[in-house]
Amino acid sequence: MKALFVAFRKDLLLQWRGKTQAVAIFAFGAATLLLFSFAIGPDSSALRQHAAGFLWLGLLLASTLSLAESFEREMEEQALEGLLLLPACARTLYYGKAMANWAQLALLGMALVPVMIVLYDAGTLRLLSLLAVILLGTAGLSAPGTLHAAMTSQTRARQTLLPLLLFPLVVPVLLAAVKATSLVILGDPMEQFGPWITLLGAFAVVHWSLGGLLFGRVVED
Amino acid sequence: MRAPSVRSIALVALGAALLLVGSWWGLVKAPGEVFMGDVQRIMYVHVPTAWNAMLALTFAFVCALFFLLTNAWQWDDRLEAAMEMGVVLSLLLCMQGSIWAKPTWGVWWDWDPRLTTTAVMVFAFGGILALRAFVDDPVKRAVWSSVACIVAFVDVPIVYFSVKWWNSLHQAQSTPQTVSSAFHWPLRINAFGTLFLWVGLVGLRAQVAALRRRGEMAPPLPEKRKAAGRAPVTGGAL
Repeated sequence: MKALFVAFRKDLLLQWRGKTQAVAIFAFGAATLLLFSFAIGPDSSALRQHAAGFLWLGLLLASTLSLAESFEREMEEQALEGLLLLPACARTLYYGKAMANWAQLALLGMALVPVMIVLYDAGTLRLLSLLAVILLGTAGLSAPGTLHAAMTSQTRARQTLLPLLLFPLVVPVLLAAVKATSLVILGDPMEQFGPWITLLGAFAVVHWSLGGLLFGRVVED
Repeated sequence: MRAPSVRSIALVALGAALLLVGSWWGLVKAPGEVFMGDVQRIMYVHVPTAWNAMLALTFAFVCALFFLLTNAWQWDDRLEAAMEMGVVLSLLLCMQGSIWAKPTWGVWWDWDPRLTTTAVMVFAFGGILALRAFVDDPVKRAVWSSVACIVAFVDVPIVYFSVKWWNSLHQAQSTPQTVSSAFHWPLRINAFGTLFLWVGLVGLRAQVAALRRRGEMAPPLPEKRKAAGRAPVTGGAL
């Protein structure tokens, strides 16, 4: 348990010391939100309708940068091998890193919400529901993302491979998170919010368990 | 070099012959369907392709599990072959579906659960083939593609149910029970024809994969070594 906390803290600390990276990733996400609105045109009702989809697409695109970055740092000076020599099992390292990635992605998501509200006029007062969607959705992105980033960061063509492997896997997260966010923004007369949140939760549970089971084999040497 | 396995070649020949018979039966002998007419005849290849695409990817998943549990190389060879076959069959499935959907539904594509899940499978398993192409170390390639294959396979039902909740329009699955008896035989013959064909092709492809891997792992110095049946304990260079 202590090892898990230390691993988690190490990754967050690294991220905190290199704040420019986080700011750049946020700027990238905000820029994609701006670009999506150009694809739709200045029709404010259509933009509001699609706001949830754009938010999650922006977050998904930005997440590949942040996930890849979390392992690229471990490739320098063979830091990953050093970590594996520590008296902590690979699973602890995985969960530490996945939790740090989760925290970063959730913060990124929350930071992109105001941008979405301003650009698409998609405000809501149901902030707790929105927070729940962002937390569960980014949990679903970070578990498979951390596992696959561990593999792709060691290959050639890593910038292409991570999205190629990750995007098909997280289709359920994208669907459910977009639906749930839409329901929060546009209203939920049919009470469909619950099932989508359950789906996000189930996806996260499956992938957090799988990642922990399989990560040891990914980094073995 | 080992000669191609006679069993695999026999299976390919048998599968091709069955497909010819089944397709002739479906195109010429079987009656046209009342509402859809001749368009319906694509079912004789479409439904067997769907069954066999699922079978091939399930086999790939089994190979991935066995490789991670036993570290025996033959499972990696089979994994590579089965995954390629699964991707090809899924891609064919999407194409046949589009050809059928245009005259029937009026559109090439529809966001129905099975169609969308098949497209997601093409990208998910195609991505793993890309990963294999970009990793030079055979040990890492085998372990990583097994891990990615397991994750992708477990993900498939979640994708299916999420898309199903999201939208639905596809017809109920066609099985010999849901179609009239006049359509049974060509459907069954083609299903087994496709099965034998891909099993034979996977056998041959796994042999090619084994040859390539042996070439990659051959020691640089002329050292006597038995044909490796197991993965070495230590990995290759980073």
